[in-house]
Amino acid sequence: MSLSQQEVEHIAKLARLELTEEQKARYRKQLEAILDHVAKLQELDTKDVPPTASVSAGQMPLRTDEPRPSLVRGNLLKNAPKQDDGQFQIPPVFE
Amino acid sequence: MTALTELSLKEMQLGLRAGRFSSRELVEATLERIGQIDPSLHAFLHVASETALEQADEADGRQTVDDETPLAGIPIAIKDVLTVEGMPATAGSKIIEGFMPPYTATAVRKLQEAGAIVIGKTNTDEFAMGSSTENSAYGMTHNPWDTSRVPGGSSGGSAAAVAARLVPVALGTDTGGSVRQPASFCGVTGLKPTYGRVSRYGLIAFGSSLDCVGVLGRDAEDVSVIFKIMAGHDPLDATSADPSNTASFRFARSASAQGDELRGTKIGVPQEYFIEGMQAEVQEKTRAAIRQLEFLGAEVHEISLPHTEYALPVYYIIAPAEASANLARFDGVRYGPRAEADSLWDVFFETRGEKFGSEVLRRIMLGTYALSAGYYDAYYGQAQKVRTLIKQDFEKAFEQVDVIACPSAPTTAFEIGAHKGDPLAMYLEDVFTLPASLAGVPGISFPVGFDEKGLPVGLQLIAPHFREDTLLRAAHIYQQATDWHEQRPEI
Repeated sequence: MSLSQQEVEHIAKLARLELTEEQKARYRKQLEAILDHVAKLQELDTKDVPPTASVSAGQMPLRTDEPRPSLVRGNLLKNAPKQDDGQFQIPPVFE
Repeated sequence: MTALTELSLKEMQLGLRAGRFSSRELVEATLERIGQIDPSLHAFLHVASETALEQADEADGRQTVDDETPLAGIPIAIKDVLTVEGMPATAGSKIIEGFMPPYTATAVRKLQEAGAIVIGKTNTDEFAMGSSTENSAYGMTHNPWDTSRVPGGSSGGSAAAVAARLVPVALGTDTGGSVRQPASFCGVTGLKPTYGRVSRYGLIAFGSSLDCVGVLGRDAEDVSVIFKIMAGHDPLDATSADPSNTASFRFARSASAQGDELRGTKIGVPQEYFIEGMQAEVQEKTRAAIRQLEFLGAEVHEISLPHTEYALPVYYIIAPAEASANLARFDGVRYGPRAEADSLWDVFFETRGEKFGSEVLRRIMLGTYALSAGYYDAYYGQAQKVRTLIKQDFEKAFEQVDVIACPSAPTTAFEIGAHKGDPLAMYLEDVFTLPASLAGVPGISFPVGFDEKGLPVGLQLIAPHFREDTLLRAAHIYQQATDWHEQRPEI
């Protein structure tokens, strides 16, 4: 399995990761080795096998749709790197 | 008198009830031991001395001990991927350094309501991704049996803390073996419950179709005490199992009450778990333990789990894929540090690129690739299909046997740095714990001997969904007949 430099950059972009050239080279090599290993999965004929959706053995019931108190806004904002007027503050999205 | 920290959870409960010592004495002894020993282990990321002492005094002041508070005044430790209000939560990562969680995980809250005192948060591989605790952004944990070796991971801090007698029990989490493998490496008993049996509300998510909250303790009896309190439906966790199922759950009551022999229990030994390349002593000691279980009355059958060899590739598609989605929330906007940048786009890229460690970056890259357009069917889709085959292997096996016995890990604790730069070699450490995780069935690891270097070897037992009672009972009966679990490192 070989990955191109472009593919590595594309994946990093999809994942919103700023990588150094050294990291790109390293992950390219390591991902290739891992993908070689997982290529083993292609050996199996799974034409008639359904994909696993969940391994939960019990039922997962829906809760009733009732309003309930949420966490306190002030407590949540305490962890924000920047906040203003009860909201998360971020750099401008539009120029 | 023996040092209070040498006591098991059960002995602490009895001692406190009988008034032989106070919770303050117990907590002070615990803090003192952590102060003495932890500098050489680094099992803890945070120790909450003040609140622990306050809570100890409260427990001592209450006098009445009732069935509602079986853990009154007892110190426990929590892996730092679970939230505890009032204590920082890091998940072993710099990307949420300084995060103060606004709520407590349900599993922890239940233990606190039962009277337990959270003494601190234990070290973990970053976001629980790893098998050695070397991936913690805050420095690795050392194995108390040999500090030049890893404690396993990712719940290595909890395993080391229990093994070194810093706490009687600690919570861990297990996504692909992260309770069972460190339990094996540190010579303690570790339970990964059935998927959905213990609430994950307040657990910082890694692989949502796999993550389970588990327990590490000195023996099956102590582990069952904690497990019984934590298990049950939680409306705050949409994947927690149905409440009516809870009612019919058979809890491990017999683990402490009976101690009878294993007559009638059918144990399956899967040939695929005794492979070339595994450490010979691990094979020897686990085979001997299975013979001991047979001696105790169990019927042993050779069985086959034919898709075992596919568990590793399946896991290393599914877990990174889920992780890449779960970790998208760490973007420098709502919590943790933020890279200084002029645009939101650059904030995302730079914060994530700088603050995630190398294993986490690798898995996000791998998971993103497996889910990306054009590759989804070949990787993620195929992995979910093969996962069905692995699940079916277990279903078929459990038509013949009650429990499966196999090694917990292919080796004993390895040296620090042994797998540096070779992620695949590290992933192979989980090869025996991944299949049960993929199938959602419960597993337990407990010590069954030592290798020539004096490092513990663990036996893994696996049972059908919701049959933790079978696991705990079998481990307890074994531990009644042997004393491996009573051996402790000289630290």
